[in-house]
Amino acid sequence: MSERLQVKKTYKLFIGGAFVRSESGRYDKSGDFNVPRGSRKDVRDAVAAARKALPGWAGRTAYNRGQILYRFAEALESRAADIGAERADVEASIDVLVHYAGWTDKFQPVLGGINPVAAPFLSFSVPEPTGVVGIVAPDAPPLLGLIAELAPALAAGNTVVAVLSDDAPLPGLDLGEVMGIADVPGGVVNLLSGRRAELAPVLAGHHALNALVNASGELAAEIDKLAAESVTRVRHTDASKDYATATADPLSRLEALTELKTAWHPVGA
Amino acid sequence: MATQEQRTSIVWDYAPAPESPDHVRLRDSYGLFIDGEFEDPVDGTRVPSINPATEDVVAEVAFAGAQDVRRAVEAARAAHPAWAALSGLERGKYLFRVARLILERARELAVVESMDGGKPIRESRDVDVPLAAAHFFHYAGWTDKLSYGMGGREVEPVGVAAQIVPWNFPLLMAAWKLAPALACGNTAVLKPAETTPVTALLLAEIIQEAELPPGVVQIIPGDGAAGSTLVREPDIDKVAFTGSTAVGKDIQAALAGREIPLTLELGGKSANIVFEDAALDQAVEGIVNGIFFNQGHVCCAGSRLLIQESVADTVVSKLWNRMGRLRLGDPLDKNTDVGAINSREQLERIESLVASGEEEGAVRRSVACELPDRGFWFAPTLFTDVAPAHRIAAEEIFGPVVSVLTFRTQAEAIEKANSTPYGLAAGIWTDKGSKAFEVAAALQAGVVWQNTYNHFDPSAAFGGYKESGFGREGGMAGLRPYLRVAS
Amino acid sequence: MDRVGVEERAATLGKRSIKTTAKQQGIRLAVSMVDLTTLEGSDTPGKVRHLCAKAVCPAPTMPEIPSVAAVCVYPSLVGVAKEALDGTGVRAASVSTAFPSGQASLDVKLRDTEDAVAAGADEIDMVISREAFLAGDDARVMEEVVRVKDVCGDAHLKVIIETAELGSYDHVRHASMLAMEAGADFIKTSTGKAATGATPGVVLVMLEAIRDYVDRTGRVVGMKAAGGVSHSKAALHMLVLVKETLGDEWLTNERFRIGASSLLNDLLMQYQKTETGHYARPEDFSKE
Repeated sequence: MSERLQVKKTYKLFIGGAFVRSESGRYDKSGDFNVPRGSRKDVRDAVAAARKALPGWAGRTAYNRGQILYRFAEALESRAADIGAERADVEASIDVLVHYAGWTDKFQPVLGGINPVAAPFLSFSVPEPTGVVGIVAPDAPPLLGLIAELAPALAAGNTVVAVLSDDAPLPGLDLGEVMGIADVPGGVVNLLSGRRAELAPVLAGHHALNALVNASGELAAEIDKLAAESVTRVRHTDASKDYATATADPLSRLEALTELKTAWHPVGA
Repeated sequence: MATQEQRTSIVWDYAPAPESPDHVRLRDSYGLFIDGEFEDPVDGTRVPSINPATEDVVAEVAFAGAQDVRRAVEAARAAHPAWAALSGLERGKYLFRVARLILERARELAVVESMDGGKPIRESRDVDVPLAAAHFFHYAGWTDKLSYGMGGREVEPVGVAAQIVPWNFPLLMAAWKLAPALACGNTAVLKPAETTPVTALLLAEIIQEAELPPGVVQIIPGDGAAGSTLVREPDIDKVAFTGSTAVGKDIQAALAGREIPLTLELGGKSANIVFEDAALDQAVEGIVNGIFFNQGHVCCAGSRLLIQESVADTVVSKLWNRMGRLRLGDPLDKNTDVGAINSREQLERIESLVASGEEEGAVRRSVACELPDRGFWFAPTLFTDVAPAHRIAAEEIFGPVVSVLTFRTQAEAIEKANSTPYGLAAGIWTDKGSKAFEVAAALQAGVVWQNTYNHFDPSAAFGGYKESGFGREGGMAGLRPYLRVAS
Repeated sequence: MDRVGVEERAATLGKRSIKTTAKQQGIRLAVSMVDLTTLEGSDTPGKVRHLCAKAVCPAPTMPEIPSVAAVCVYPSLVGVAKEALDGTGVRAASVSTAFPSGQASLDVKLRDTEDAVAAGADEIDMVISREAFLAGDDARVMEEVVRVKDVCGDAHLKVIIETAELGSYDHVRHASMLAMEAGADFIKTSTGKAATGATPGVVLVMLEAIRDYVDRTGRVVGMKAAGGVSHSKAALHMLVLVKETLGDEWLTNERFRIGASSLLNDLLMQYQKTETGHYARPEDFSKE
């Protein structure tokens, strides 16, 4: 009896909430699949999409962002078997999303507060999202390595453009499908497969990027130099191996992707 | 007493828009929720819970006797070590489940809340239930971040929390109590109010559905005696009470010498202050929201309206006009603004205080609404010519009655607002930010609303000064009562 | 004006549940308040005549649906409308004063108005000079309204404040007051050509301004909500705002209008649904 032929998946980039082919038409092989080889123009489009989605995402209530991140966790849990990553990687990723879902309305009182200035003013400092955040994902673990940086960026109200691992891009690309069922608005997260050495410098040098998190362990000096052209904030971090490392010192991850705004108002009519 | 002036004829009115209770699934009789199951009371009774708008029975519930209270505390104690030993993340996941389940069953919970307590469906649907879910969601996220909320200190749970909640926001108050307690690793015994136990029991079902380990939460309706027994139980580690100042004082006295942490959220006689430079139409909305929301059954209700003299006549005129638009009636009608008074007892208290107002010489105006024959109802009422010494200006009425006083200067407003043993909330209406902040700093109130009133959020701490109680619920501050610094 | 408070109140009034008989009656009331409008460069006498027929009898299969209040067109087509509407009770309204931008000399704006009045307009919808308003020149804003009112003769004057361009609720209230004090018979939210029109918040602010003006002077000024009111739900929301801010005596087309084009068919579709219980097809009703 002949086996049923499977309908094979076509992997695409995830930009602006849509699945698109690379504008360059190039591809690389990843196991049995062809994977889009993203280009500098794809990076440009992704940053534009992230910029466009920013006011809507940053303008939601913190509670709403928390609900969406929690739903992202629900969606990832329900699709766990389909994501081509190890069970432990997926479960740790889900737990990291739950952890950061709980941060969206809590980091403000911890990082911000009232400044008891020595004059008749009410002065307060509020951490606000820095804006569009680039993430250079590590090779391993393929899913957690991305989520460990993605979750805090989103929790702080930023939108994201992520350059996936050259060797293991599939779980990252699958994440686009998960986000589709998780109410994550289009453009809030953009996922690019391709060659890190090609794409990360384009991202780092893009003037409309506000911050970049490099978890790949490579290209540090090159990224720093390019980022300096527009004073983009950069954070280099080791790839998170498990839930514990991914949620160690969450405040540093959140703080690195926020800007502290201090306001003053006179007291006394 | 003057009633509403003859209204011009109605050109277009809203047809009845009843929220259907057909989808609601209630048991005929509920047991006590102890150790993960609904159980028969051992020495308690079964009592009907009635709908104050119709006087029909909503459901029969069990009231806990002294032995039932003991059993509940024992179950909480037994479940505590395992619950406290769970990782914060795992505890959080249980609470996230509860939050999501509340939203899935939101419509049913809202309908039952209105049936059991008398508040308009629009409020239970748009305020009580969503906020209850939000509290669980917010505190679910604290479970694995507690030391961040406690200034970096290592912390541990206090143990078994005994919690007593009132009848004005039954489900929401249950959420305000249980969410932070559980998030901090405590187990709980919750005693809902005598007249409004049903939504707490539905919450018990949700807790079962969320698969919380048995014994983490007990929900045992009962009367005042059950509450009194609960706080005197030897094996509890913490007491949290929301209710009247009189009972709060009893509880505080009952705990004397026991070194048990206590939080009290008691009554109020909050001042809603309107300055001459306020946006007057919005201030009137804020006044209405401040005292007629939930029929005035709100501890932080803006029951004393302080108006700057230069705009007093204008504000009173706009307010009276606006009060005439309030729709009183069937709580399950989506267009109802003012529902039923929660119980016969409460109605009698309101009537008695209002009578005293008239006797003492204040001028009363009540909106001319048609009051249904059955149920407990009181028309929205406005008192002018009120002196600070009048009982209606000093005592908490807990009904849809607002007393107007005037002031001339900012200093006088502050002084009048603070002249009360209470200190729960206050409202400030002015277009000048610098005035709003200065007055806020001077008011002896735990919650100060500027250009708004009766806004609540799980991330914003709430609680009183002076005889309105101590301790805070909501936000980082809401964690403190349920933790101790690790030794 | 407190924006958060205004929007909360406007939104709460949007939660009124209007069902069954109240919905039917509300829809009929809304139809009677519609100023059926066409203001396109491509308007022709033929189109205007079709529109007038629809204005007089919006739904031949549902005779209980009343006529609309008025047909609103450009000055060059008012004559056509007036003739088509003769004897029907539906008024012929015209925009004027270099609608929609108002960026022309006062002389041109007055001449524009005179032409419309001469062609038979029963009502004139003018625009205030936002250029003068945003420069803080209240006197000039009012002067223009007074001069236009002067040449209106018997025609009623509606003054469009173009809320989308004013920038804040405080400005909306202020512009409303200027227009009323200068003699407007109606104040109107928008031209329908700007980014936003009659949002619930803006309508509430203007109704409250009218309330205060009427209380102070005793002179009744009407309100027209135009721009963005395209569905029945929005129209019923408007009626609720009027009812609960000014009272039932304002629920008449003598005091309240809704400027709209596609709204009318949505009202008819919703009305049909209340009658039959089933959702209608948009094609069941003619556009003109």
